[in-house]
Amino acid sequence: MPSDVITVENLTKSYGDTLAVDAISFAAPRGATVALLGGNGAGKTTTIAMLLGLLVPTAGSIRILGHDMAHDRFAALARMNFSSPYVALPQRLSVAENLRIYGHLYNVARIERRIAELADELDLNELLDRPAGQLSAGQKTRVALAKSLINRPELLLLDEPTASLDPDSGDLVRSWLERYRAESGCTILLASHNMAEVERLCSTVLMLKRGRIVDQGTPDELLTRYGRDDLEAVFLDIARNRTTAFAHGTAV
Amino acid sequence: MSPVIVSGRRVWGLVYRHLALYRRSWPRLLELAYWPTLQLCIWGFTASFFAARLGAASGPSGMAAAALGMLLGGVLLWEVAVRSQMGVAISFLEEIWSRNLGHVFVSPLRPWELVAALLSVSVLRMLAGVLPAVLLAWLLYAFNLFALGPVLVLFAINLIAMGWWVALGVVSLILRHGAGAEALAWSVLFALTPFSCVFYPVRILPAAVRPIALALPSAHVFEGMRAAISGGVTRWDELGWAFLLNGVWMCAAVVLFMRQFHAARVRGALLAIGE
Repeated sequence: MPSDVITVENLTKSYGDTLAVDAISFAAPRGATVALLGGNGAGKTTTIAMLLGLLVPTAGSIRILGHDMAHDRFAALARMNFSSPYVALPQRLSVAENLRIYGHLYNVARIERRIAELADELDLNELLDRPAGQLSAGQKTRVALAKSLINRPELLLLDEPTASLDPDSGDLVRSWLERYRAESGCTILLASHNMAEVERLCSTVLMLKRGRIVDQGTPDELLTRYGRDDLEAVFLDIARNRTTAFAHGTAV
Repeated sequence: MSPVIVSGRRVWGLVYRHLALYRRSWPRLLELAYWPTLQLCIWGFTASFFAARLGAASGPSGMAAAALGMLLGGVLLWEVAVRSQMGVAISFLEEIWSRNLGHVFVSPLRPWELVAALLSVSVLRMLAGVLPAVLLAWLLYAFNLFALGPVLVLFAINLIAMGWWVALGVVSLILRHGAGAEALAWSVLFALTPFSCVFYPVRILPAAVRPIALALPSAHVFEGMRAAISGGVTRWDELGWAFLLNGVWMCAAVVLFMRQFHAARVRGALLAIGE
C-alpha cells in the first residue's frame, strides 16, 4: 500500500490561453493535514476540483490512495469525501434524509447506525428531523461535515471548512477535525483563507500563486524562512512579492 | 458485496432523494397530475362535443366513439412521452436548483447510474401524472385506455423511451449551456407534437415534413394506436419502426450525453452549472 495518499505530478490546467494551475507537484502522506494557501485565483479550487475528478487536467497525473484518477477515479472517490460551504445539500430534505442518501451513494453498511454515530459525535441529534434549509450556518457546516464523514473517508478534502462561522463554531469544527484525524489516521487536504486555522491544523502548507506552488513547508519552517510571527504575514509577503525567499531557491 | 448490488444501492440513493423530496413538497406532487388532468379535461370535453355532433349526424355508430377514443388515447399516450421526458430533465434540474450537483458528482456514482436513477424517477413521475388522468378519462368519458389490450404496453414502452432520449438530449444541452437551457425541459417535446401526429394520420402532413414525422417513433406509435382503436388491428410494422427508431435515437442520445459530460469535466462546467 503506498505511503502517500495523494501524489500529484506536474498537474496543469489551462483554459485556452489562461493557465489556472501550472505544473504543480506535491504529495500528502497518510495522516497528514495539508493546506492549500493562496489568494483568489491562485488555483486552490481548480486543484481541489481536479483531485475530486470534477475537472479533467490538461496535463500531469493524480494518484489518490493508489488509484490513477484519470482511469480509476470511482475506486478512489469511494474512499474519500468532500465538504464545502459553497456546495449545498437538498434544502427541503431533513438532515437524516440527506445523510441517508449519501450513505447509499457511498455504500455505507448499517446506515442508520452510522447516522446515529455521527449525530452523537457532531451534536446533530436534535437536527436530524429538521429540513437542511432551516439550519444556521454553523449547523449546516456540522451537517456538511457529517455528510463528508459518512463513509469514514481515508482522505477528506475541505474547501474553507469554517468560512462564515462565528469564532466559537469555527473553533468547535477545528477541534473536531483535529480529534478525527488523530483517531482515524485520515489525511486531510484543506483550502482556507484562515491563517490561524492553517497554523493550528496543518502539518504542511503549500503556498500557491498564479497557479504555481511558490513555497511549501511546515508552518514553523515557513515562519522561520520568512522571519515572521504568523502565517498571515508570510501570506502577505508572498502575495505582495515582499520576499526574497523563493528567489534564493528555498521555495519549490 | 456484488458490484451489481453496490450499483443498485447508489441508484436507489438518488431515487430515494427524489421520493423524499416529493413526500415533503405537495406542490410538486400536485404539479405531476395537474397538466395531464387539465389536458384530458379540455380535450375530453372538446372530443365529447364533436363526438355528439358526429353521432347525431350519422346516427348511432362506432365512428363517434372511435373519434373520441382516438383523441383521448392520443392525449393520454402523448402525456406518457411528455411526463417521461420531463421526469428525467426536471429531476436533473432539481440537483442544480439545490446546488447539490457538486456532491453528487464527487461521490462514486457513475454517470450511467445517474442516468438510471433519473430514468427510474421519470417512470414514477409519469405514473403519478398519467394514471389519475387515465382514471378520469374512464370516469368522465367512459374511455378505458386499458381496453387497447396488451399492445398498450408496447405503445407505452416506446413513448417512455422517446421521452428518455429527448430528455438525455436536454440534459446534454444543460451540461453544455448551463441552467440557461432549462426552459427546454418544459418545451422541447411540445415542439415535436405536430410531427408526432398525435391526433391525425401522418398522411395529413405536407409531403415535405412527412419524413420528419416518420423519423420519430411517436408518429408510428400513434398510427398504431389509431389502427388498434378503429379496427382492433395491431400494426406490428409500425411498432417495429418505433422500436428501431427508438434504439437509434437512444444510442445517439447516450453518446451525446457521455460526450457532453466529459466536455463539462474538461471545461470545469460541473463546478458552475447552476450559473
